Amino acid sequence: MEQKYIPKASLKAWLGKVRDDGRRLYAPVTENGKTSFRRVKSADEISMEHVQTAQSAKGVAFPRTERLFSYVRQPDGDVTLQDYDPSAIPDTVVFGLRPCDAAALKPLSGIFGWDTEDKPFSERMRRVVFVGVSCSRCDAFCFCTSVGGHPGSAEGSDILLTVVGDGEGYLAEIVTDRGRALVEKGGDLFESATGISKEDYLAEVPVRFSVEEVQRKMAGAFEGDIWKSQSARCLGCGACAFVCPACACFDIQENARGSGAGDRIRCWDSCGFSLFTLHTSGHNPRSTQSQRWRQRLLHKFCYMPQRLSVRGCTGCGRCSRACPVDMNLAEHLGEFEHL
Amino acid sequence: MNELRSKAKELLDSKAVDLFIGYEEGTRLPRPLIATSAEEADRLIFDERCTGNLAVYLTRKDLAAGGRKVGIVASYYAMRSISRLLDENQLREGAVKVFGLTQDGGLTLFEAIADVKQYLQETPAPSRQVEDEWAKEIAEMSAAERWKYWTGELSKCFKCYACRAACPMCYCTRCIVEVNRPQWLQPWAATMSNMEWQLNRVMHMAGRCSDCGACGAACPLGLPVHIIAHKMTEIVRQNFGEPTETGNVLSTFSPNDKENFIG
Repeated sequence: MEQKYIPKASLKAWLGKVRDDGRRLYAPVTENGKTSFRRVKSADEISMEHVQTAQSAKGVAFPRTERLFSYVRQPDGDVTLQDYDPSAIPDTVVFGLRPCDAAALKPLSGIFGWDTEDKPFSERMRRVVFVGVSCSRCDAFCFCTSVGGHPGSAEGSDILLTVVGDGEGYLAEIVTDRGRALVEKGGDLFESATGISKEDYLAEVPVRFSVEEVQRKMAGAFEGDIWKSQSARCLGCGACAFVCPACACFDIQENARGSGAGDRIRCWDSCGFSLFTLHTSGHNPRSTQSQRWRQRLLHKFCYMPQRLSVRGCTGCGRCSRACPVDMNLAEHLGEFEHL
Repeated sequence: MNELRSKAKELLDSKAVDLFIGYEEGTRLPRPLIATSAEEADRLIFDERCTGNLAVYLTRKDLAAGGRKVGIVASYYAMRSISRLLDENQLREGAVKVFGLTQDGGLTLFEAIADVKQYLQETPAPSRQVEDEWAKEIAEMSAAERWKYWTGELSKCFKCYACRAACPMCYCTRCIVEVNRPQWLQPWAATMSNMEWQLNRVMHMAGRCSDCGACGAACPLGLPVHIIAHKMTEIVRQNFGEPTETGNVLSTFSPNDKENFIG
């Protein structure tokens, strides 16, 4: 993999050039103590002091609310449809996503590309360049190394930056052709890099459990009591799913504007919600929170590996940080190992 | 703490309660513990970091329903929720034993909710200074500034409904936002529909909200949604007084109700 070096002082100039090119730039911005990905007008707004952003960057490819098509009934009774318009999707650069977020693009793409390709998702993905930044710090919720990830993993990023030296510059690993094109925009801002090992500058994320063992035990625990004991305190909100970089459940809604016009809308949904599997008959195959918790874990650690050859979890720990009642995922997964 | 554990174990062992709702150590802060055995009750803790409102678990059908008896640790505001849940026929007197956090900083066992009510009547509510000042700051904004503030905050909401899930008074089996014939509220996340949701949520709390702040504490995005509830509580108190056992401002109608807020 080709490597370059960019001094910290040049980073803003490079991102400025990237923006001047007409691309939208999304990057972490801190406000009221929470850091989230926002569209930035200047690289000065960017903050990289966080271990992890409150929300992942998945909204760039899978927005929380998206119009799929619109319809209007004409006076003669005919209905005209306006299909999803990919030309309205802007070229975008996401700067500063962590390796666990970049790794989550694979399970997301797996879900949206399974069977029939999802047009809005794939059209958006085609227009995004992801610039990852390795982790030099972690916290008590991080567990990427337990689920096959790494604080310096380049998987999913088009370019991966790692803060090196005493923080005066970044090692840039150019992963894809899209990444190369973006580095070329920077021209002389990027210097040659030799003899720099990023391993010296990465966070040490402890391995919390053997994921193979967890998956094996979990697959055999469908009828077990563990789901009930673990989920007793779960409140059934959607915080974990909505902050998760790999959760892809959505609902389809109708924004009817009266007189025969409206939009078909896709918005985020969560398997933790009691309404998620409620049938029109009134029957709900997952009527209790423990059944919904079981679904959440089995989907990520059994069904997705079986069907898509990828786990639905990259160990970012966001679900555990966001949970109002501290449903700590790494801790819960560890309990399966000892079943 | 040892006293709490031994009392909880005693209640569980003697089947005086079927489950005991308290706190255990969590990753960063204490978290809820729903203990069903003396062994689990050994994990109970209680200190000044235990500020949540555990009353939310009392209406959970898979936990406390079906005649099960419950022991629960409750802050002042959680006791207020318990009192109001009884008024709304969501709890049975005799089914709940409350270990209430009293003014001396210790836990006092209230065998009946009537005793909890008595305590609440005799004891002033703990200060809500932070919330008071926050609400005042917002009230002093111009209408344009206030609109900018709330649209800015609520534009971030992604409708995970953690605010609803954490609220002891949000016990509807089907929430207004989940009804789609007719669709009262737009269920997707967008600034205006987020605002509609929060206003509807808070309006349904009129005269019922215990002002515990659990909604705001639960928000994964740190949005100050509890300040809306706090402000509403203040307005309701000023205009309608305190709720009584026979009803609150949401559930009762009086021909003498003022309507000067309309228009």
